[in-house]
Amino acid sequence: MKQKTLRPWLLLSPSLTAVLLILVVPVCFVVVYSFWLRSPIGQDIPAFQFGNYGKFFADFFYPSLLIRTIRVALETVLLCLVMGYIPAYFFYKTESRFKPILMILVMLPFWISFIIRTLSWINILGDSGLINHVLLSIGLIDSPLSMLYNEGAVLMGLLQYLLPFMILNIYVSLDGIDKSLIEAAKNLGCTEWQAFKEITLPLSLPGVSAGCLLVFVLTCGTYLPPMILGGPGNDMIANLVFKRIITTLDWPFGCAISTILLALVGLIVFTYNKYMGINQVFKSLGG
Amino acid sequence: MKDKLDKKLDQMYESYKAGQLSRRDFVKYVGIAGAAAGIMGGPFGMAGNAFAKNSITVHSWGGSTSKALKQFAFDPFTKATGINVVDATFTGMDAFLTQVKASFPPGGEFNIAHLSAVYDYLRYKDLGYNSVLDESKIPNLKNVMPVMINTLRNITDGNLSAVPYDVGQTGIAYNLDNISKEKAEKLGASLLWDKDLNGRLGTWGGDYRTNMWYAALHTGQSPNNITRINDVWDALKEQRGLMKKYWASGSELMSLLANGEIDATVAWSGRVAALQKQGHNIGYLAPNNTYSWMEYMYVIKGSDMNVAQKLLNFMLEPDAAIAVSKGQNYPPSLDPTKIAMPDEIKKLPAYDPTGTLKGYLFADPAYWNSKQLEWGEKWDRIMAGS
Repeated sequence: MKQKTLRPWLLLSPSLTAVLLILVVPVCFVVVYSFWLRSPIGQDIPAFQFGNYGKFFADFFYPSLLIRTIRVALETVLLCLVMGYIPAYFFYKTESRFKPILMILVMLPFWISFIIRTLSWINILGDSGLINHVLLSIGLIDSPLSMLYNEGAVLMGLLQYLLPFMILNIYVSLDGIDKSLIEAAKNLGCTEWQAFKEITLPLSLPGVSAGCLLVFVLTCGTYLPPMILGGPGNDMIANLVFKRIITTLDWPFGCAISTILLALVGLIVFTYNKYMGINQVFKSLGG
Repeated sequence: MKDKLDKKLDQMYESYKAGQLSRRDFVKYVGIAGAAAGIMGGPFGMAGNAFAKNSITVHSWGGSTSKALKQFAFDPFTKATGINVVDATFTGMDAFLTQVKASFPPGGEFNIAHLSAVYDYLRYKDLGYNSVLDESKIPNLKNVMPVMINTLRNITDGNLSAVPYDVGQTGIAYNLDNISKEKAEKLGASLLWDKDLNGRLGTWGGDYRTNMWYAALHTGQSPNNITRINDVWDALKEQRGLMKKYWASGSELMSLLANGEIDATVAWSGRVAALQKQGHNIGYLAPNNTYSWMEYMYVIKGSDMNVAQKLLNFMLEPDAAIAVSKGQNYPPSLDPTKIAMPDEIKKLPAYDPTGTLKGYLFADPAYWNSKQLEWGEKWDRIMAGS
């Protein structure tokens, strides 16, 4: 009996060790550092005080960046949802023999470095980029449209990064719906739209919410799209962490900001898990 | 066996330096010596010991700078001595210092860094990462501008932790297609606040000093003694409204200028020279009290000092230093009154034929380092729209 209880733990031990070493321990370091002090020359002084947290909340500048991050994350979720549901639904409905190829196309961006994908938008949206070049060449505009280095460009960068996560989550959920339910609804007099509204959409909601959660969490922690595609005033909270850690060597304050972000995201994930169950996210990530 | 081989290699290297051995023959002998050591020594590990055990890592700026260092200094050094030079890149001085700070023991994983600005030399010293060079092992130091050596020496109590390597400036680059040279020269630092360039300006987001420096000039103050700090903040806030992009790297700077995304920006002189060489119609403006800096090869505590000194001496060989200088577009630290400079070097921005650097304004390390945290945070807030 005891052996049976131990066996799963023994089997899990390599993974648990890895998680402990590469996730739990570093996060603990971050939390501990957040209570430390920074000396004027950049040395860290061990301490236990809440000054770094106080500094964050005492000045609205820092919470305002957090609020901006949440706003951008929500906008990204909305965009990904609108743009992700349609292809996911198409994959679910199509009987095409090219379906596997289309699915691979969704995942194709993952084969290219995230930085390269983000940088490539400069060549598309820039003043001398593809879109402006075409519009100027055909005489539709006289001067280049300003499409780069603003929040729109940041959202575009986030969308191209996160859209596949949304599509896959929704698709996994849709794929689990028994198609005979829709047929039955139609036999009972439902139109195509009614069948979608009454059956498909509600049953796909777990995938939708899992996709939304994943996109939201990943957006909150990203800093490359704002850094590369953003302009003045488009920084998000992760950019601030980067600057505090890298530029001013203020690790304690940077760690405090990270811990606050971690707590916020943790709270959202906890709430989601309580009402929706986190399993859906893992299901889609696992394919 | 190893000592013997080292001695032979050193002799060959000395002959090569003295011109008694052609480069081709030298490389051939080094190759033969390597093969012989591998074959006669038995196990393959012998060759590895002879040629790969001595290795040193140099972190630099990447792009054209690292390419020049590798091509004209590191590869010839490896060929000459068998010591492998690992060519590494950092994203910036602050990021690199963070890496050094995070290593264990601090600095232990790093050897030499191609750092800019004297305030970093002081920061490394303050954090306890400084080494002490044996200057007798770096005879080529005699060719370096004394003013550069003394600047570093004064910080490290008469010793050196680095050798000065090149001089640069952060001036103003502007698009000659849209801004005339006359206008740029008339406005000087205030070109970066020209309302006609609304939405066509850029600046380096990663460095509060550069931006405060130019804001100080724009508001008529000495950058090393800013007395009306609020004027500087107000100027930077005003500039934010005109700004298109706070760029983050030299490559991004070059891309923004080359693609015509921006018309004017603060810019590193070497990068502007590189753009001009590529045929872009970019002008370079060095207004009065332009931000000047000196770059140096900093040896971090814990490095193999013999190997480091050997490499630094090799890098300061006039042929190597001038070739690197041409490649990276920054004038070398060599004193032009002692070493004849080719015309290509004489035309580079920041070149000083007198070798005294008189009139060059460098950031006062103690002044800027003492304000780093406060001003760095303030600059971040301004960029973010606060």
